[in-house]
Amino acid sequence: MDLSAINPILLLASLMVAATPILLAAIGELVVERAGVLNLGVEGMMITGAVCGFIVAVNTGSPWLGFIGAAIGGALLSVIFGILTQFLLSNQVATGLALTLFGLGLSALMGQGYIGIKAPSFPDWHIPLLGDIPVIGPIIFQHDPMVYLGLAIVAATWAFLKYSRAGLILRAVGENHEAAHALGYHVMRVRMLAIMFGGACAGLGGAYLSLVRVPQWTEGMTAGAGWIALAIVVFASWRPGRLLLGAYLFGGVTVLQLNLQAAGAAIAVEYLSMAPYLATIAVLVIMRAGRAPGSLGQSFHASR
Amino acid sequence: MITLEKRPQPSRAWSLATPLLAVLLTMICGGLLFAALGKNPFETIRTIFLDPLFSEFAWFYRPQLLIKGAPLVLIAIGLSFGFRAGIWNIGAEGQYIVGAICGAAVGLAFYPTESFIIFPLMIIAGILGGTLWAMIPGILRVKFGTNEILVSLMLVYVAEQLMASMALGALRNPDGMGFPGSRNLSQYPSAANLEIISGSGMHWGVVTALIAVIFAYIALSRHIFGFNVRLAGQSPRAAKFAGVNPAAMILICMGLSGGLAGAAGLFEVAGPAGQVSIDFNVGYGFTAIIVAFLGRLHPVGILLAGGLMALTYIGGEIAQSNLGLPLAAIQLMQGMLLFFLLAVDVLTNYRMRFGRRQVV
Amino acid sequence: MKINKLLTGATIALGLATGAFADGHEKTKVGFVYVGPVGDGGWTYEHNQGRLAVEEHFGDAVETVFVESVPEGPDAERVMTQMALQGADLIFTTSFGYMDQTINVAGKFPDVKFEHATGYKQADNVSVYSARFYEGRAVQGHIAGHMTESNVIGYIASFPIPEVIRGINSAYLHAKEVNPDVEFKVVWAYTWFDPAKEAEAASVLIEQGADVILQHTDSTAPQAAAQAAGNVVTFGQASDMAEFGPFPRVSSIIDNWSPYYIARTQAVIDGTWESTNTWDGIAPGMVEIGEITEAVPAEVKASAEALIASMEAGEYHPFTGPINKQDGSAWLADGEVADDGTLAGMNFYVEGLSGDIPQ
Repeated sequence: MDLSAINPILLLASLMVAATPILLAAIGELVVERAGVLNLGVEGMMITGAVCGFIVAVNTGSPWLGFIGAAIGGALLSVIFGILTQFLLSNQVATGLALTLFGLGLSALMGQGYIGIKAPSFPDWHIPLLGDIPVIGPIIFQHDPMVYLGLAIVAATWAFLKYSRAGLILRAVGENHEAAHALGYHVMRVRMLAIMFGGACAGLGGAYLSLVRVPQWTEGMTAGAGWIALAIVVFASWRPGRLLLGAYLFGGVTVLQLNLQAAGAAIAVEYLSMAPYLATIAVLVIMRAGRAPGSLGQSFHASR
Repeated sequence: MITLEKRPQPSRAWSLATPLLAVLLTMICGGLLFAALGKNPFETIRTIFLDPLFSEFAWFYRPQLLIKGAPLVLIAIGLSFGFRAGIWNIGAEGQYIVGAICGAAVGLAFYPTESFIIFPLMIIAGILGGTLWAMIPGILRVKFGTNEILVSLMLVYVAEQLMASMALGALRNPDGMGFPGSRNLSQYPSAANLEIISGSGMHWGVVTALIAVIFAYIALSRHIFGFNVRLAGQSPRAAKFAGVNPAAMILICMGLSGGLAGAAGLFEVAGPAGQVSIDFNVGYGFTAIIVAFLGRLHPVGILLAGGLMALTYIGGEIAQSNLGLPLAAIQLMQGMLLFFLLAVDVLTNYRMRFGRRQVV
Repeated sequence: MKINKLLTGATIALGLATGAFADGHEKTKVGFVYVGPVGDGGWTYEHNQGRLAVEEHFGDAVETVFVESVPEGPDAERVMTQMALQGADLIFTTSFGYMDQTINVAGKFPDVKFEHATGYKQADNVSVYSARFYEGRAVQGHIAGHMTESNVIGYIASFPIPEVIRGINSAYLHAKEVNPDVEFKVVWAYTWFDPAKEAEAASVLIEQGADVILQHTDSTAPQAAAQAAGNVVTFGQASDMAEFGPFPRVSSIIDNWSPYYIARTQAVIDGTWESTNTWDGIAPGMVEIGEITEAVPAEVKASAEALIASMEAGEYHPFTGPINKQDGSAWLADGEVADDGTLAGMNFYVEGLSGDIPQ
């Protein structure tokens, strides 16, 4: 075993990229859950975003337009969830699971003509000056723009939830929808917007896989990333700052176990892969349930 | 402008009519989809919904419906109690896996001894495994107030890793030429969950599922436990005054759903699937959640919903093979069916009002 | 068992599965059971290419049907039975995990021919077939040994099963042959297809100094990671992955099932089908080496092609002694060739590889 072969700088740099798709999907879901809605259809929205982004990017030649297409695709799919759970008051758990099934089918059908094609390239940003700083430069400042956009979305969400009036309303709706309604806020409207934001972010996360990470379209390519995003939201106890930590932890365990393997360390891969989920449970226990948004998963109907 | 008005009582007529309406809507939209894909919509719809029941080879498909539907119904029945009481176990997939691992491990430990006692021991181990796995979120909820939705979901991933580890390690078939996967339990007579009547599809899991439906029906409609469950879900405060211990209710509901999911896993691994393998679980635990809601958390409804899901799976396979329909189109149609079933349920509990909401 | 008789009785009574090919009037029906979606771009995609080749070759004489993403277990058994009931004359079951199900269903339909990929259980109406991918791995190892400058070659392995271990051993032996200083770093991804994880595995290997990446997983993610790194060589796996050529992808192993599928279908039409155990390599075209691009120096390309030619001619076996096992014990004496039995169950590394095979 030769642990010196593991280069911590490169490890951190690759972590930032590896965490991006789950981070994007998770920040969207975080907002949805803070609004009191549990959408288990993240995987379905991610894969739909992946295929929409790929189709748009290939046809226009522009990865940027691809990402926009992915966000729109993910948001449109989430509207189905929104209408069912908000207007028709269907159960959120069941609807979310159905959304994943629907999304997997839809994406496979849409992507039929796009197998074996490569996405237009999406070059890294080598940020001048900052990128040349030794050590930190390669870790932080030499990635593709989406890595930074992902971080920017997390930061903006943090600021939005913490400082803006709209963020306050969103949290109020999530904590206690009856009270929020009594105060005159439009619970359904707030939740619909949150759901669409969640769909758009999941779509971006999926497109990051199909346009940057792989970059190709293959059926089922998200391979469970959406479910990991759900876990991260819980791990983060619904706080954007901790979300970043969670995404790096979940991504980090994979990267770390692969690093250890490549360095020749004999490790039980399955048990290491369980670790982040067990850690999430531990976090839940330590934080106690008080942190979960009060109205999470409950339907709201303004009955008089 | 349409507004919804809550009915004082759920409408009985609508609760019977809505599933039919949903299936009809799915047939129309699905038909349009199939037509858009260049297939004959009528033939496709007939293949998916009717061929498994009434075609030339229905004598083969009908038992298959039992095999495919039984684990769904068994798990969903267990879940329905918790869902009624407001206890959200969505980790049935994990409990199903752990039940299968425990049951299979007991069976494999006896290999190659033959004894009538082995299969009952496996069933007990499977139920215990599932129950204990479900107890983790249950106890954490009771002791620490942790959200059971999230803990049970996390434990699904842990169980999946455990499954992979077992298939590649401890339970790997020593005579398997180095491939992952355990010995085939269905070829080990004392451990095999075989059909009780040959060709009928009736294995012990199917029997257990049917018994579970009957017991659930009696418990919910005739027994104090069912009353308490419903009370806990509708009004936790009232339940408390009625002497229902909320902690005990959580543990009982979690244990019940976990135990039935574990039993479903055991019956599957010892019978139709045959072995512990990396890809053993195919999402029955999650599909069962949908089945429970489609069945409106009612035992008979769950039985019918499980049958309907099994029908679309089997009909979907026939449509793929006979009509060349891609799997994606079938998944899309299943998704639609679920959406419609969930959407029309609103009519059972709410009345549609047309026109502007009036200020009272 | 009763059900066997019931089923066979019914099929014979209905005149299905029999006579369909014998009298030559009806179309021969060939079924395919796939473990993944046909759009996976790898394993199932290539099997489906084989199916399309059968359709093209026989035209109206043959009808093919398929069901995709069939889980290994009761679903597979049902799909096979259903195909047999619907009159399939020949059914290809294309995943190792379908082994017991194939044998079960074949027992109920003695007149239907079954072909199970990568398994080891045969029956009167069940053939098994697989490809000697390790021949392709030898070529990859040869090129990789020449191309590496850091002398570190990364290998993304999927599951610790004989098929994968054979590939690692074969690639290592042939890399070592041309470059005695070469070192292999193996990571086990525990997946056949997970783009995100494969990309991470590739980046990790590159970070740890590998400048050649071999992969036994199906997605193109490692290719993209190598391309981003700039100076890393890769090889296509399962499908050609030509869109990443001429660099980083310098060559590939392609699963080409078409010749076999056409030959077996022909045998059913002619009535000459027999249960066989086929393990074909480069010579019959089951393992195809994708174009070696201009990124490979001409003399290396020439020697790689010579290696391919010698395997094609049957003059050379990639596992020819002297070869020791990892622990130093002798496996093959000088000039001795590995027997298929040992290869089929290979569960050890050859001498020089470091690390353990996970258990």
